[in-house]
Amino acid sequence: MHRQIEFRVNGNKVVYSGDPLTRLVDVLRDDLRLTGVKEGCGEGECGACSIIKDGRLVTSCIIPVGACLGSDILTIEGIRDTEKGRCIVEAFRDGGAVQCGFCIPGMVMAAYVLLSSNPAPTDEEIRVAISGNICRCTGYDLIVESIRLAAERGGALWQ
Amino acid sequence: MPLTGIDDKVVRVDAEAKARGEARYVSDYVLPDMLYACMVRSSVPRARITGIHLPELPEGYYFISAKDIPENGRNELWMIAKDWRCFADGDVRYVGETIGLLVGKDRNILRYLQDNTRIDYEEGVPAVTIDDAIALKGGPIVGEDNVMCSLFCEKGRPMKDVFNEADSVFEETIETGFQEHVHLETNGALITEEDGRYVIYASAQCPFYIRKSVAGLLGISPEDIIIRQTTTGGAFGGKEHFPDVLCGPLLVAESVIHKPIKLIFDRSEDMLYSVKRHPSKTIFRTALDKEGNILGIEGTIYYNCGAYLSASYVVLQRGVFHANGVYDFPATYLKGVGVATNTFPSDAFRGFGAPQTLFAIETHLDHIARRFGFDPAEYKSRYFIKKGGETVTNGHIIEEVKLPEMLSRLAEASDYYRKAEEYGIGSGRGIGISFYNHGGAFTGNGEQAIIKAHARLVKEGKRVRIEVGSTEMGQGFQTALRKIAANTLGIEMEDVDYPNPDTSLVPDSGPTAASRSTMIVGKIVEECAKEMKERWDEGDFSVEKEYVHPEGHPWDQDTFRGDAYLGYGWGAAVVEVEVDRITNEVNTVGIWSCHDIGHAIDELIVHGQVNGGIIQSLGYAAMEKMENRNGHFRQESMSDYVIPTSMDFPKQEWSLVDNPYQWGPQGAKGMGELVFNGADAAYVDAVERALGITVTKIPIPPEDIEEALENA
Repeated sequence: MHRQIEFRVNGNKVVYSGDPLTRLVDVLRDDLRLTGVKEGCGEGECGACSIIKDGRLVTSCIIPVGACLGSDILTIEGIRDTEKGRCIVEAFRDGGAVQCGFCIPGMVMAAYVLLSSNPAPTDEEIRVAISGNICRCTGYDLIVESIRLAAERGGALWQ
Repeated sequence: MPLTGIDDKVVRVDAEAKARGEARYVSDYVLPDMLYACMVRSSVPRARITGIHLPELPEGYYFISAKDIPENGRNELWMIAKDWRCFADGDVRYVGETIGLLVGKDRNILRYLQDNTRIDYEEGVPAVTIDDAIALKGGPIVGEDNVMCSLFCEKGRPMKDVFNEADSVFEETIETGFQEHVHLETNGALITEEDGRYVIYASAQCPFYIRKSVAGLLGISPEDIIIRQTTTGGAFGGKEHFPDVLCGPLLVAESVIHKPIKLIFDRSEDMLYSVKRHPSKTIFRTALDKEGNILGIEGTIYYNCGAYLSASYVVLQRGVFHANGVYDFPATYLKGVGVATNTFPSDAFRGFGAPQTLFAIETHLDHIARRFGFDPAEYKSRYFIKKGGETVTNGHIIEEVKLPEMLSRLAEASDYYRKAEEYGIGSGRGIGISFYNHGGAFTGNGEQAIIKAHARLVKEGKRVRIEVGSTEMGQGFQTALRKIAANTLGIEMEDVDYPNPDTSLVPDSGPTAASRSTMIVGKIVEECAKEMKERWDEGDFSVEKEYVHPEGHPWDQDTFRGDAYLGYGWGAAVVEVEVDRITNEVNTVGIWSCHDIGHAIDELIVHGQVNGGIIQSLGYAAMEKMENRNGHFRQESMSDYVIPTSMDFPKQEWSLVDNPYQWGPQGAKGMGELVFNGADAAYVDAVERALGITVTKIPIPPEDIEEALENA
């Protein structure tokens, strides 16, 4: 059963006509070539494929595209050149948050959602916010510090 | 004053592209007319193959197997040994052994074909554990005794005399489990052809290893294959030799199909069907006098190598060379035995054999100290090896050993002695400590005799390009190496380029492994830069150099005698825990570490390496349980095999002692593996003290703590 599924990705209208059970991560990566979205586990455990769907942080590997009808989707490609996105990317760069980098676009998305609702989080709140995003390289300390740096540098941006 | 000072804070060169999602990992590459591949693997651990039944293949779909290897090719992957076959042929020796490769355009169809391929087996009885292998369960897998490799080292008086004089002998067996790398990017590779040459894009640590390993499959020379490293999303040893297992079948497929073919593992394949850290079993017998002083230690170390040797002999050697820890005991006899089992071959993993034995010796010494009523830190510090001290390979420590200073700094930072005294044994709260090291680079004169590493600098106008075979895999080498070059040349770091290696364009610098890149390749680059600086006004030119081993440090690779390593990284860690007495859940409340890595090239990168290595080590000790039942791994996803999240461990305190290494670039030594080598033992020490239990096996998740409490 194929039908047209209409939704928005990074502000652009997308019409998907194919199997509605296709995973959103495959539509984003293969059809839309948004390869900043990474697949790390395929079961919603690692957070590498995190995107923002209607304001909420979700893992795109366990969402069928059929569930996106009418949704507003943001990927790393949609935020990296915004003021807020640049603020986080630069804080990650300067704060030493990045090693192999595979988990990082997902981490940036998690930080974006956190700071958008909590402009001055504590370290504990940051750790909770990224607890669904697995990183094997950093041990998390410098990611936590970088998110705090983004909060400090961004200031009014996050209010 | 150089423009790029070695202690300057610099921006990591690869960070922004990665954070913006612009860095291209192998799964992000798409070529015109590209096909996909998936593996057909053995589903039993030990069997003769009696039949392969494929569903009908649609047009444009292929099944590639041993039959496709040409007459002048050989069905072997040349890692360090040549025993690992590209395709199983006639029999299978472990679950997940490659039998064939299905290739075609549509991944869903490939998955259907994979699900409907049936292999008939005549099954044997598998040997899975070290004990199975020793007992020759199911008959020997290799030779007559299942021993794949072995070695021994002895130092001091004969152990027989030492044991005769002992007041008591303390014997115990310490075991460690499998560990899975879980690099966030799974394994993957993509093959194509350009101008009559094979080109492989791979997520890999060692591009030159791959072409050497797979060329023999087609009877061609390594130069006929180009390997281009793609941005590599973590490796930790898991992409040292293992990419050969993907690239071999891909090369055979390409020789038949002649179209771009991509093979990307999903997470469950990467977890079930990839190499792991060697499980180990170490039996220590320690001769003690009446006061608890150590007269000598005898150790027998078994490593579970899995079904093929691959790099296991070298891993085992490093395990034996690190089995006396950071200590100078009067006499030691250490024997290592690598046994064959019907499990996925074990291979490189950060630490390369050293973490298993370092954990064993640290834990063993803790137990001796406690028996005699000594504080473990005080007891161990009596035996710290010093400059000039004799190593287990009858060589000597060449550098200043700053362990006493590291201990006192760490003890002060963590308030170790007060807490050790105050928290009673079994009080639910505990503090633990460990000491460790890691020999930098290849053993002995291997860097000169075997590797013959090269590096090249190319000057074009005011820009300088680094040409090396070494890879960035997250450890920060692209930044560190540019910093070394820029600092030595007296130019801006922005004027130095270092692209991902392409084996047709760069010299072989040896593998990116063994904590050797900064120490060895960095040194060659520094030497090239010194010459280039002197000749700077000559216009455009290049300088290439080969590694030269310092003289006066002999090593005999046949008897394993001499200076095994010229420079060691040294470390000490303290971990503090609180244990919930009802659920046995361990809450880590403090982590402190101090390391000697010579002189740091970039403190921010080092900070990240220290944090990450320690958390991996704590995961190894506390939670990362990978079980194998009857040849099958039981953990097949990230929800079964749990690695640390941001909530599992607290923020770390860390420090470095400066101890510039005379033969390293700007005084640097290796550090990537060192930081993995010791937090596990500190954690277990803390848990033992908190609960009053004795732990002789890791990992120790809460359910195993329960069992230890029942046995206490």
